[in-house]
Amino acid sequence: MGIVAAGVYLPERRLERAVIGEALATPPAPGTRSVASYDEDSTTLGVEAARNALHGLAGELSPRRVLFATASPAYLEKTNATAVHAALALDPAAGAYDVGGAVRSGVGALRLGADASEPTLVVCADVRTGLPGSADERDGGDGAVAFAFAPDGPADQVRVVGWGSASVEVLDRWRLPGEPAAHVWEERFGEHAYVAVTQAAFADACKTTDTTPDALTHVVVTGVHARAARAVAKSLGVSPDALVDDLGATVGNTGTAHPGLLLVHALERAEPGDRIAIVTIADGADALILEATDALGGVLPRQTLAEQLSTGSGGLSYETFLTWRGMLEREPPRRPDPTPPAAPPSLRHDPWKFAFTGSVCEACGERHLPPARVCARCGAVDQMGPVRMADVPARIATFTVDRLAFTPSPPLVAAVLDFEGGGRFRCELTDVDPDTVAIGDHVEMTFRRIATAQSVHNYFWKGRPARGARERGES
Amino acid sequence: MSSHGIRDQVAIVGMGCTPFGEHWDKGADDLLVDAVGDALSSASVPKDDVDAYWVGTMGSGISGLTLSRPLRIDYKPVTRVENMCATGSESFRNACYAVASGAFDVAMATGVEKLKDGGFSGLVVASPPDDGTTAELSAPALFSLLGPAYCKKYGVDDAEFKDVLTRIAWKNHQNGALNPRAQFRREVPKETIACSPIMAGNLGIFDCSGVSDGAAAAVVVRAEDAHRYTDHPLFVKGLSFVAGPATGVVDTGYDYTSFPEVVAAARDAYQQAGVDDPRADLAMAEVHDCFTPTELVLMEDLGFAERGFAWKEVLAGTFDRDGALPVNPDGGLKAFGHPIGASGLRMLFECWLQLRGEAGDRQVGTVGQGKTLALTHNLGGSPGECVSYVGVVGSEPDA
Repeated sequence: MGIVAAGVYLPERRLERAVIGEALATPPAPGTRSVASYDEDSTTLGVEAARNALHGLAGELSPRRVLFATASPAYLEKTNATAVHAALALDPAAGAYDVGGAVRSGVGALRLGADASEPTLVVCADVRTGLPGSADERDGGDGAVAFAFAPDGPADQVRVVGWGSASVEVLDRWRLPGEPAAHVWEERFGEHAYVAVTQAAFADACKTTDTTPDALTHVVVTGVHARAARAVAKSLGVSPDALVDDLGATVGNTGTAHPGLLLVHALERAEPGDRIAIVTIADGADALILEATDALGGVLPRQTLAEQLSTGSGGLSYETFLTWRGMLEREPPRRPDPTPPAAPPSLRHDPWKFAFTGSVCEACGERHLPPARVCARCGAVDQMGPVRMADVPARIATFTVDRLAFTPSPPLVAAVLDFEGGGRFRCELTDVDPDTVAIGDHVEMTFRRIATAQSVHNYFWKGRPARGARERGES
Repeated sequence: MSSHGIRDQVAIVGMGCTPFGEHWDKGADDLLVDAVGDALSSASVPKDDVDAYWVGTMGSGISGLTLSRPLRIDYKPVTRVENMCATGSESFRNACYAVASGAFDVAMATGVEKLKDGGFSGLVVASPPDDGTTAELSAPALFSLLGPAYCKKYGVDDAEFKDVLTRIAWKNHQNGALNPRAQFRREVPKETIACSPIMAGNLGIFDCSGVSDGAAAAVVVRAEDAHRYTDHPLFVKGLSFVAGPATGVVDTGYDYTSFPEVVAAARDAYQQAGVDDPRADLAMAEVHDCFTPTELVLMEDLGFAERGFAWKEVLAGTFDRDGALPVNPDGGLKAFGHPIGASGLRMLFECWLQLRGEAGDRQVGTVGQGKTLALTHNLGGSPGECVSYVGVVGSEPDA
C-alpha cells in the first residue's frame, strides 16, 4: 500500500499572535497561526485539500472509499464525508465515512487508509480554537490534508513501510460535545504520561521495518502535547538535521490534520529512497515509517505546502477572528435572517450544489450554470450533458460590494464570472480585498459554507482570486 | 414582436394616487380605499358602474380579496396581478385589454404596496424554498453591477460616473421637492448625495429609491365613451410588456450596459403608438429609476440618448424638468418613493396631470409647446434577468 497523491490546504488568512496580547493585555507571543475564514469549516477545508490531491489522478486510482477525520465536525449524526464525496464528484458507489471526534482520529484514518484493500481517500481537517487568551487559541491552526492510498503496483508512490502504536487511557485533553473549547490537565503530567509510550511505539516501528533511527532522513514528531513532543524528539536518536519543523511558528497545530500536513512538509523536501517517520502523540502514540520512491514527484500536491506557506495574508484583526469563531456576537444588519437551503431541491440539484457541475448543450456547446433543460442559445430541449466547472478558471465580467445583504462577515463581495471556454455565473467572492477587486481579475472556484441558518449549513461554491495568478504576478 | 396594440381604443378618464411615504397610520386597505375613492371621484363614476377590477401588489395581499374586502366590492371580477416592479403597470395593461376586448365598459386598475410594516432596511422579497445556490444580493448590489461595466465600455472614470449618478438623484429630488405627494419633498445638495453612506458598489443611500407605502388607481373606458366622463381623457397609444429569457446571467455575451428587455418593450410600444423619434415626440417620460445607474442606462435603452452618450446628456441637463425631454418630473422612484405595486400607476398619474396641464409648479414646458405624448416604464428583476413594461399615452386621439 502506498500514497499515490497528496494534497494540502491552508486557509488564506493568518492571525499575528501579537494582536491577541494587544487586545487582552497579555504578554505577546511570536509568529502567526492559520485561520479558517468565516465561510470555512472542517468539511470545506477537507474538500480543498482533496481537490489539491486528486487533480490529475488516473481514473483507476480514483477513490473507492473516503475517510474523513476531524475533531471539529460540522455536523454530528449526519456524515460529513458525504459532503466531501459529493464536492469531489466521486463515484456514487464509493463509501464515505467519518472517523471523528478525537484528535487521534487523524492518524487513525491514515492507518485505515494505508491498510485498505482498495483505493482510499483519507482527508483530515480541523478548525482549532480555544477560549480567548488560551494556549489552544494561540497555538492552534486551521488546515487540511488529503492522501489517496492505493494497493501496491503504481510506481509513483510513497510506500508505507510499517507502524508502531501504543494506547493509553489518559485524561490529558478532553471536551464534552457542544463545548466551545477543550480542557487540558497540567502540562508536566502529559510529559510524564506520553514520553515513554511514544518512545516505545517508535522503537516498535523501527524494529518491525528494520529501520535504524539514524537512517531516517525526515522525522516528524507532533501531537496534542507540545512539551512531550519536544522531549520525545530529542530522545529518538535521530539526526537533528532530520527533524522536520512542526510549522508552529507560522501555521500552528492543525489537530487531526497535523501529522499529515507535516508528512507533506517532509515529502516536499524528500529525495527518492528517503525513509520518513511520522511520530504522533495523542492518547498514546503512533509511529509510521514511509519510503519515497523514484516517482515521488507525482505524489506531491498540485499547489504545494511551501507555496501556501509563502502566500497567506495577514492583517486579520483579533476582533474579526473572534467574530468568525462565534466568540463575539455582533449586531446583525436590519435584514431578514438567512433561510436555510431546503432538503429536496438540495438533493435534486446535488451535482450542481456540491460538485459545481453545470450542463452543456450537446447541440450547440453552450454551457449553463446552473444546469438547465432548455438551451439559452439554441433552444434545444433536454439535449444536455454534465460539465464540471469546479476546476475551470474564470475572469470577472463585473462586480459589486454589497453592504446591505446578509453575510456572516460584511461586506458581501459578488461578481459575474465568465469561465474559460464558456459559461457565466454570478456568485460571491471570498478571500478577496473589496478595495482592489477589478474587472478582468482571474478567479478560481472554492467550496465554502455560505451561511448557517436554522441548524443547516449551506454549502456551495464561491470564487476567489486565483492563487496561481497571484504567483504569476497577474492582476 | 407582433402585437397589434389597441391604439386609441381605450381611454383613462379618472385617476387617484395617495401620497407616498411612511404611512405609519395606514395599512394597504386604507391606501386602496383612498386611491380608489380619488379615482372614482376624479372620473365622476360611482363604484357600482365599474364592471371589473385589477389589483396589483407584490406582497401586500393575495387574491382579488386584497381589493374587494376593504372596498366591499360585491360580486365583481377582481384580479390580483404580480410582475415584480412592473406590477402596477401590469394591472393597468390588463384592465385596458379587458375594455378593448368589449368584455367590460368600465374597468379599474389599482396598485398598492405596504412596505414600511416590514421593519427591514431596503426591499425584502420572499422566495420559494430552494437549494441555496443563488447569491442573495441586495437590490442596490444587483443594479450596481451596471456601473463598472458601463465605465469600462465607454471610458468613463469613477469620479465622472459618480457625478452622473449624483446629478440624476439631484434632478429627481429637485422635481420631488415640488410634488406634494412625494415621499421626499426637499432638494438635496449634490455634495450630500455624493457623500451619502455607500450601500453597494458605488451607490450611496441617495442613489436608491425610497422604500415607501402608497396606492394608485385608474378608471379606463372605451375611447368613444371617454368624453362622457371628462373633457380631457388620456388615450392609450401603446402597451408593451416583456419577460426576458433571463440569459444575461448565464450568457457571456451580455455586457451589463443595457436591458434588452427594455429595448424590446420600447420597440414594441413605439410601433404600436406610432412613435418614430421618442426623444422628439414625447412631452415627458416616467422611467423606472430604482437606482441612479438604472435611469442612466434606460436613457439609452428607451432611445432617448445614443449608446454611450447618456452620461453626457445627463450632465448637460437634457432630462431635467426644463430640458429637451423631461424625465421623472414628479420625482421618480427616487423622490416620490417606490411602493412596488403602485409605482406603475403613479407614473401614469403624473402623465395624467402633466398632459392635462394640471401639474402646477412642476408643469413641463413641452406640453405647452404642443407635445401630447408621455411614456411610462417599469423594470422588474435585475440586469440580465428582468421583466419590462413600456406604455405610451396621449392627450389627443389620432385624426
